[in-house]
Amino acid sequence: MDAHAHAIDAGHDHGGHHELEIPFNVAPRPDTGVYNAKLGVWLFLASEVMLFGALFSSLILLRTGAAHWPVGKDTLHVLPATINTFVLILSSVTVVLAWANLRLGDLKMGRIFIGVTLLCGLIFMLIKAYEYNLSFSHEHFPKTNNFFAIYFTMTGLHGLHVLGGMIVFAYFLTFGSKMWKTEPARFTNRIEVVGLYWHFVDLVWIFLFPTLYLL
Amino acid sequence: MALKRQVRVGNQWMYARDAWRTLEEARRVTLEEERLQQQHELPFIRKYVFSTDHKVIGLQYGFTALCFLLLGFCLMILMRLQLGWPGQAFSVMKLIGAMRAPGGVLLPEAYNQLGAMHGTIMIFLGIVPLAVGAFGNYLVPLQIGAPDMAFPKLNMASYWCYFVGGVIMLSSFFYSGGTANSGWTSYPPLSDIATHGQTFWLCGMVFLITSSLLGSVNFLVTIIQLRAKGMTLMRFPFFVWAQFVTSFLLLLAFPPLEAAAVLQMMDRLAGTSFFLPSGLVVSGQVLPNAGGGNPLLWQHLFWFLAHPEVYVLILPAMGIIAEIIANNTRKPLWGYRSMVGAVIFLGFMSFVVWAHHMFLTGMGTVISAFFQTTTMIISIPSVIVLSALFISLWGGSIRFNTPMLFALAFLPMFGIGGLTGLPLGLATADLHLHDTYYVIGHFHYVVAPGTIFAMFAGVYYWFPKISGRRLNEFWGKVHFWISLVCINGIFFPMFMQGLAGVSRRLYDGGIQYAHAKAIAEQTNPFMSVCAIGLLCAQVPFLINFFYNAILALLGRRNEIANQNPWQATTLEWAATTSPPLGHGNFEVIPVVYRGPYEYSLPDSATDWTPQNQESVEPALPPGGGMLPEVAVAQREM
Repeated sequence: MDAHAHAIDAGHDHGGHHELEIPFNVAPRPDTGVYNAKLGVWLFLASEVMLFGALFSSLILLRTGAAHWPVGKDTLHVLPATINTFVLILSSVTVVLAWANLRLGDLKMGRIFIGVTLLCGLIFMLIKAYEYNLSFSHEHFPKTNNFFAIYFTMTGLHGLHVLGGMIVFAYFLTFGSKMWKTEPARFTNRIEVVGLYWHFVDLVWIFLFPTLYLL
Repeated sequence: MALKRQVRVGNQWMYARDAWRTLEEARRVTLEEERLQQQHELPFIRKYVFSTDHKVIGLQYGFTALCFLLLGFCLMILMRLQLGWPGQAFSVMKLIGAMRAPGGVLLPEAYNQLGAMHGTIMIFLGIVPLAVGAFGNYLVPLQIGAPDMAFPKLNMASYWCYFVGGVIMLSSFFYSGGTANSGWTSYPPLSDIATHGQTFWLCGMVFLITSSLLGSVNFLVTIIQLRAKGMTLMRFPFFVWAQFVTSFLLLLAFPPLEAAAVLQMMDRLAGTSFFLPSGLVVSGQVLPNAGGGNPLLWQHLFWFLAHPEVYVLILPAMGIIAEIIANNTRKPLWGYRSMVGAVIFLGFMSFVVWAHHMFLTGMGTVISAFFQTTTMIISIPSVIVLSALFISLWGGSIRFNTPMLFALAFLPMFGIGGLTGLPLGLATADLHLHDTYYVIGHFHYVVAPGTIFAMFAGVYYWFPKISGRRLNEFWGKVHFWISLVCINGIFFPMFMQGLAGVSRRLYDGGIQYAHAKAIAEQTNPFMSVCAIGLLCAQVPFLINFFYNAILALLGRRNEIANQNPWQATTLEWAATTSPPLGHGNFEVIPVVYRGPYEYSLPDSATDWTPQNQESVEPALPPGGGMLPEVAVAQREM
């Protein structure tokens, strides 16, 4: 906890360059109870809900309007997707552990857990690639029919979100962790914020998996 | 007069009038020093190009958006030449290339390109960036007493995403297949099978959507988190409320269009058929796609964005108008609380009216009935805001300066635009009016003499804030009156055409149809002349604007003695210098003690009491009036 007090002091004179201090960048605003980035990421996630919500609505509209709609568990590969579900849930746990360790002032354990999260993301993407490859080998492409079209579009967009999260984790594992020396509280906040995003990506998959693969 | 009252400045006694001058001079010198210091701090490219200062980004947005507005208008002039005098050769047409206008005669496919790009540029690249990106960026932090936006780097990224999106859109003009040509609505299946210009359009839109996402998150966090001490929600200037609701609309309405853009991109590039029904015949051949898609899906996703987008266009305009009307009537806004309630309600309702654009698609009477009910309901908050603004004029001692003239014209113009929308919201009337010029007249009345007039009002009103110079009043009034006459000359006949059944998007304006020929021939040349007149009316504005902007850049100010030329109460005028300080805005972050429009308080010496002024200066006996800033200085000494 000493790290936090230190961070708030250090925040004022970091860097030789004069940089503008934005209020409530690190510490929460008393009347709203959040710091800026946390509110920002919640709003961003609201926007993401609308993005995936529109795609889920499209899926429902296309499916209810179709004369014939393939059943996911017969045409897709359920086993790798199930493994992927557990990999993502595990990564949501590890990102919380990373944040908790940083809160306790333990950068080493924090970085280990960020690394594990990144690794989980990588495993997810590799299994996804394997699964796509299986689909392609069965001559299943986006243009085959609207089921595969929406399957590839939604899982592809979700994959891009996973990739984006991985890039951010890779940054915090390497260059980004320099901030710990000057502003540990702010660095911890950053992991919390990316963690919220990561939970959302996880949650999208929790919806995608039964909708596309099981129903 | 009586300014003989003595005050102490530092350790010196002097007359109040001299003290005022001294303070002003001291502030000017501090400002100059500050500025010089800043110039040493940041290299040019960080200060003016990749700046993270919300004021510079606001100006970048504003300048870019004004250029796009002019470009979109010029495209329209070419279309109006063709509509007014169909098939005639114009040498100005040669500007867009021989492949679009051989011999100066516009080709039909080129007309479609101009139409699609006019709508896209005006809405997505012109008005929204101007209303939100420029005015919002520049003013919201100043009005709520924040040193900058909450995320300055995201703010910069937002501008540059917008810029890249604009460049992608424009680059399709130089592509041999031409630009997008399926209208600004890009309805499939036409847009799915259109030339590659449509792909440029979709790529550009993805960047623009990203830009507005970054911007809207930034606005919301700024407004919620960075309010100065004492700036409670009901002390927000109405403009801030308008921007707040607008940002929510941008945040939540744009993603479905992004989803739709991704799906259409898949249709065009990966061969899927999200929007292509089975057995679609194009040029006598059945498309090889798998089919099974639904063209209406696009319309639902598109209008889920595009109806809230209408309110994105109009809310910031209402905000600007409210500021100007309160200031120039020297009265508090009538019904401020109802207006705030109305815009919040409007924001919610705007998400459940979208399918009133689709009454003709055969989606069913039950759905039509639902959406026509919600549409009638959503007209109520707009009427509340407009009525409150009208009633605010009652009993005011109105100052008819240029910003106020534009603001006053906004009221009836937006009124016409809004009221002509009601028949379109009723399914039975819409069956006749859908896709006619009546629709064009309706939404142009809302957006052109509505929103764009508000934008002009805002430019004239806040130009002294930004530059330290006032725009010329005479040329401002010339600009206003000619614009007002011409813009009505363009859009009013559209209602007559529409009621006579002239369809929109006709290359020749309808003369080849028997029912449309007479009215089209009567009105189209007149409307085109008015459009050219409107273009000419912008010349005084452009000269006025650039002349004063350049003089301001050279450091010459004509309002140097007065930082608050309109004697306004809101923080952007009362708590900072004009132009504001560099990064950081305020020397001391102001504390807010009162509501936004405390004009003409009965016991006050002046007719305006700034939001950051703690106690009302009592009116002195006749002849004893003091300028409030001196009074403040006196107390502090």
